[in-house]
Amino acid sequence: MADTIPLLGFGWNDLLFLVFAAIMVVTALAVVLQRDIIRAGGAMIICFAALAGLYVIAGSPVIAAAQVLVYIGAISVLVLFAIMLTQVKSAPRALVFQTQAVPAAVATVVLALLIGVTVVATDWPKQVATQVAAAKDMAVTLFNDYTLPFEVVSVLLLAAVVGGVFLAKRERAEAE
Amino acid sequence: MLSALNLISQNLNAYLVLSGILFSIGAFGFLARRNAISMLMSIELMLNAVNLAFIAFGAFLYSSNARHAAEASVIALIVMAAAAAEATVGLAIVIAIYRNRKTPLVDEYDAMRQ
Repeated sequence: MADTIPLLGFGWNDLLFLVFAAIMVVTALAVVLQRDIIRAGGAMIICFAALAGLYVIAGSPVIAAAQVLVYIGAISVLVLFAIMLTQVKSAPRALVFQTQAVPAAVATVVLALLIGVTVVATDWPKQVATQVAAAKDMAVTLFNDYTLPFEVVSVLLLAAVVGGVFLAKRERAEAE
Repeated sequence: MLSALNLISQNLNAYLVLSGILFSIGAFGFLARRNAISMLMSIELMLNAVNLAFIAFGAFLYSSNARHAAEASVIALIVMAAAAAEATVGLAIVIAIYRNRKTPLVDEYDAMRQ
């Protein structure tokens, strides 16, 4: 396969970046604008998948795999279950947005422009070509320099599991 | 015009602008949606945007040392774990409130108990 795309003149990585970026932005907009919340959940899954593709292009295949496992595999399923548990048919579907939706839209467009201008105006230190984060380097870093955050996160996850079970369980004792 | 897109995947600015756009979309969803679960989904979008920025910085800056690229990945991994914990507790709280109030809409949550 040729290094560059014959007609357009730029590389395959660039084409993939543009495709994934377009999918990501469109599905993210669908997540916040879609009136049917189940469809918003489906769009969120596609958005996470496109992000995993972007991580691969940016040279972090391990993070892309973790993204697929954690976000698509776990968090999306959790969100979809929560949607099914709390979906009410009687809710008025026209009132999906708060009354402050228009000011919120203006504020977030300003925020996006602000971030964009800041990024473009900043002189970043030396930029070199993409560097692949190897799994071995990640493991060495995680278990040498980041041992404390690793342990704290493990305690956090345990607390989250216990707390989630406690909050979501039905209170049988009071009912009796 | 197409030549401007040349090597866009090797450009830190492209990743950061994309991350900013994703973060703004998430912020809009958090501010504008009435459904508590939609708000949690928007928070997930914002956390993902931050992860994308971390990965981009790790891939394109300080590349003299291979460990630094890995460092960004480790931080992204920890953010993912925190996001998983947040989703678990957040959704459990939404379900617990739903049992009491019979609605997932946040503007009707005017009291924690009745």
